[in-house]
Amino acid sequence: MLKGKVHQYGANVDTDAIIPARYLNISEAELLTKHCMEDIDLDFVKRVKPGDIIVADTNFGCGSSREHAPLAIKTSGISCVIAKSFARIFFRNAINIGLPLLESEAAVDGISNGNMVEVDLEKGIIKNLTTGKQFTAKPYPEFMSQLVKTGGLIEYTRQRVASNKSNRFYERRS
Amino acid sequence: MNLAEKILAAHCEKKAVTPGEFINVQTDLILSNDITAPIAIKEFRKIGVKKVFDPKKIVMVADHFVPNKDITSAEQVKLMRDFAYEQGIMYYDVGQMGIEHCLLPEKGLVLPGDVIIGADSHTCTYGAVGAFATGMGSTDIAAAMATGDIWMKVPPIIKFIYHGKLGKWVGGKDLILYTIGQIGVDGALYAAMEFTGEAIDNLPMDGRFTMANMAIEAGGKAGIFHVDQNTLDYVKLRAKRPYKVYEPDANAEYAQVIEYDISKMEPQVSLPHLPSNAKPVSKLGKIEIDQSVIGSCTNGRISDLRIAAEILKGKKVHPKVRCIVIPGTQQIYLDAMHEGLIEIFINAGAVVSTPTCGPCLGGYMGILAGGEKAISTTNRNFVGRMGSTKSEVYLANPAVAAASAITGRISSPEEIK
Repeated sequence: MLKGKVHQYGANVDTDAIIPARYLNISEAELLTKHCMEDIDLDFVKRVKPGDIIVADTNFGCGSSREHAPLAIKTSGISCVIAKSFARIFFRNAINIGLPLLESEAAVDGISNGNMVEVDLEKGIIKNLTTGKQFTAKPYPEFMSQLVKTGGLIEYTRQRVASNKSNRFYERRS
Repeated sequence: MNLAEKILAAHCEKKAVTPGEFINVQTDLILSNDITAPIAIKEFRKIGVKKVFDPKKIVMVADHFVPNKDITSAEQVKLMRDFAYEQGIMYYDVGQMGIEHCLLPEKGLVLPGDVIIGADSHTCTYGAVGAFATGMGSTDIAAAMATGDIWMKVPPIIKFIYHGKLGKWVGGKDLILYTIGQIGVDGALYAAMEFTGEAIDNLPMDGRFTMANMAIEAGGKAGIFHVDQNTLDYVKLRAKRPYKVYEPDANAEYAQVIEYDISKMEPQVSLPHLPSNAKPVSKLGKIEIDQSVIGSCTNGRISDLRIAAEILKGKKVHPKVRCIVIPGTQQIYLDAMHEGLIEIFINAGAVVSTPTCGPCLGGYMGILAGGEKAISTTNRNFVGRMGSTKSEVYLANPAVAAASAITGRISSPEEIK
């Protein structure tokens, strides 16, 4: 069960806003996270506490493919992101590295900045503890659930390679 | 099946695929760069294989912050360079490098019918040659470097049909800015965009690269073009391995078909801070600019530089404007030199840089101060994209960027001639 205070943002939060490119000359999560959300919310890093939740409108994480973005969010202590929709590369990246994402229009409309929210990831249930309202997120497709349960794409690939005893899966195409 | 579905089906050993289906796709080329490779390499080391699945199918390009802009960038590139030599993969460093999405097509590394994945959102550029190409993250690329394949959800395909003939100063950039303006920055979220119609048949390859490049700015997974004589003329000169041309079935299904008549289209300008804020250049009013950037993976090719030079020839850049021209690759730089374009730029008072992504993402080579405005042939105008969060970026084609550099305000190329 995840529980935390909500940091709310609008539509089309791009990955330049989540982690500006001027910091992409580093790739260490601990250093990146010091600048998380800096260009749209300078105080985010000071306010955020472990377990807190980002709630945003549509197309969260659009723009650059930089994995530094979900990495910075995850390392800041954010336990999950709830949005009406996610940009697809951000969605992949988050699933791959184990930052939980939940899609629910009703939840986003029914949650305000600063609310306390509780999330049951297994059941996809989002509860606004401030208002008492409850919402259900869109369930992950089966393959993605499996990926999340395995512990992300690297662990999934590690197991796959180990069970195949090599990384030759196909006859070379050319 | 449509074009994208045919390519994907052939790459997962299935007779057919349908939108929404999860598949494991074999890749023909896996790309990363000096920003995304360091994380990919770190993750690759955790998988438990010593060698990449096939060094001939993996390419790394140092292009975002090179020649190294500072010590930390130098460390990142070093990490990538060491890995590249250790693994024997294809690697492009200073002297051979170019902006990755200008470079790989030029080198014949992306070909019709390929599946290409890259840890860079503008990997979708290669759809211009009739490949299925899509951007991913570093972890995806780490896994694919180990196994050669990657999980994908088959996207729904939106077909765009552009009717009519393009006007004199109107090109691929205007078509794509207009399209994003119409459907929004998430108008093609998770979908692939297929570009067709009379205007596309007549669009040269460079314009197609520009359009496919910006599919991601509508949320698209890929932007794809049919292979025609233009494509074959382009790839035949460059290909060093066999490739396969796929055609969509006559009865192919699409999630949506969108048609535009572009015969009266003006050059488009996207206002801050979203690529979807597209307006015809004549409707803008007076917007003074401090900088004009002509280059990037969107518009850093030779025909872009020719257009800019045609306008700047014999003219002077406005004294209050910094005009920065960035050829996309060393070859484009050389071609521009042979054709006399570089001389035109320098005589006009523009500066010509070596290939780099530099200013497009606010890296270096043209960062904006607070309150400054830039007209730019790049692809994103998000808050702070080119520097200060108080600066503004206006997206346009090379003709508009060149004309604006001369007048000092956003201008139609018609004003110059």
